[in-house]
Amino acid sequence: MSNNVKLSLIKEWDLSGVNLTISGSVTAGFPSPANDYIEDELSLKALLVQNKDATFFFRVTGNSLVDANIHDGDILVVDKSLSPKKDSILICFINGEFTAKKVGKIGKDFYLIPANNEFKPIKIDEEANFKVWAVVTYVIHKV
Amino acid sequence: MFALVDGNNFYVSCERVFNPLLEGHPVIVLSNNDGCVISRSQEAKQIGFKMAEPAFKRKELIEKHGVAVFSSNYTLYGDMSNRMMRTLEQFSPEVEVYSIDEAFLNLQGICTNLLDYGHNIRATILKNLGLPVGVGIAKTKTLAKIANKMAKKYSGVFVIDSERRLDWALRNTPIEDVWGIGRQYTKLLAKNGVKTAFDFSLLDSNWVKQHMSVVGLRTREELRGVSCMSIETVAKAKRNIATTRAFGKKLSNFTLISEAVSNYAVRCAEKLRKQNSIARFVTIFIHTDPFNPSEQYIYKSITVTMPEPSSSNTEIVKAALAGLEKIFIPNLRYKKAGVIVSDITTEQFVQGNLFESANREKIKQITAVTDKLNGIFGRDMVRLAAQGFSNDWKLKQEKLSPCYTTRWEELPKVKA
Repeated sequence: MSNNVKLSLIKEWDLSGVNLTISGSVTAGFPSPANDYIEDELSLKALLVQNKDATFFFRVTGNSLVDANIHDGDILVVDKSLSPKKDSILICFINGEFTAKKVGKIGKDFYLIPANNEFKPIKIDEEANFKVWAVVTYVIHKV
Repeated sequence: MFALVDGNNFYVSCERVFNPLLEGHPVIVLSNNDGCVISRSQEAKQIGFKMAEPAFKRKELIEKHGVAVFSSNYTLYGDMSNRMMRTLEQFSPEVEVYSIDEAFLNLQGICTNLLDYGHNIRATILKNLGLPVGVGIAKTKTLAKIANKMAKKYSGVFVIDSERRLDWALRNTPIEDVWGIGRQYTKLLAKNGVKTAFDFSLLDSNWVKQHMSVVGLRTREELRGVSCMSIETVAKAKRNIATTRAFGKKLSNFTLISEAVSNYAVRCAEKLRKQNSIARFVTIFIHTDPFNPSEQYIYKSITVTMPEPSSSNTEIVKAALAGLEKIFIPNLRYKKAGVIVSDITTEQFVQGNLFESANREKIKQITAVTDKLNGIFGRDMVRLAAQGFSNDWKLKQEKLSPCYTTRWEELPKVKA
């Protein structure tokens, strides 16, 4: 006798008012020993995005953050719901454009601080209409 | 208690999130085809832009004040709206999405100070999404709407939580601003000396029932703080579905117009299938430019009854084109067309026609396959020949902003 068991399924599903009748047969052998160990596939989104409704993406232009592993053409994952911490890289809006930088105090004044020796810190003037837009959480870089 | 959360000048605010330079400047967003003003920043309101007025009539004003003008980017607004609605879910287990920029929240059981709660909602949406909202909180949905209007004037949050505030809010709300009171009722009520929500709430209930049906009576009760409407979390099946658009440029050619109409009909059929519904009537209309004094304004419409209620592309396009042929007059320059499907029922209630052809099952299968292919390869990849391939009738969207949040190739740029 075969150790396969033939099952006949007739099941009615109520799918939001649509009646669907499924009828067919399933051959059930020994279950795979791996079944108990199956987990969800890895999701990049789950890794990179914590608060999806406050998460946005930006495209980088320029090289002022290469020492922070952020390069021209990369995609930044940013979260608007987060508050800046020390050393956070921020999406700032200043002088009419978006800029990604760290923000720090030198002496009495606040500066945009690059991560590349060829660039100098930029002082944030009061009239520069400075605004923090979001905190950068990840960078997506093509190798 | 209920809250009504509503985005301030929502479309303009969505544009400003990704273009902060627009902060403090007059901004307007135009309807499909860049026709009418449908969203105005506070500054644009102050210099005299009116809702729904044709933009071309205000060219001078636009130039004089350097007004920033945008075509409506519904992809962007829709995405920001979804984010806003999901964010609101952390403040209440029951959120009713009332429109693209408005939602009712059930605040029953919220024990903290409601004014603080409202400010918390407002601050969270502003921080997480960059969108300013107003929050009105009151005992009924109708009063929450009124509180929301008050909120716009007072620091963004307004709670009607005492007899004194209720009295004040009702006295300061013109009757035409009350939710559910249309133009006809406003006229009727004005004749009877009712000018404010307060006046209306004092009317005799029998009089209201007699002249304004139970719907009017419900509004009266709600204004008096008796809740008659609960949160509707499941979207109701729509009673009619329309796709109506102005052409990119004026059209006289029957083939081009029929292509446009076929596409609008397919859009309607898609919307029907999305809610598992079918429709019996297909109404089609076309008209010339109503704003051009040198041309005669002609509006034609016709309703076609299908042999069977349907949601298939083929059948709805067939009906729409049959209608178009009947009403089309050659040598006119048409500006706009539309397809409306009505008498909508859920698919399970279809009554079979005795003479129903065996074709029906086949059409259903074709539709299912077409939807699947288009789902994978993009809208209209598989289409009816009647839909054509020309673009002459397509939307004019000259000032469209990028789809910042939904397309990799249109992400906002940041300097590093």
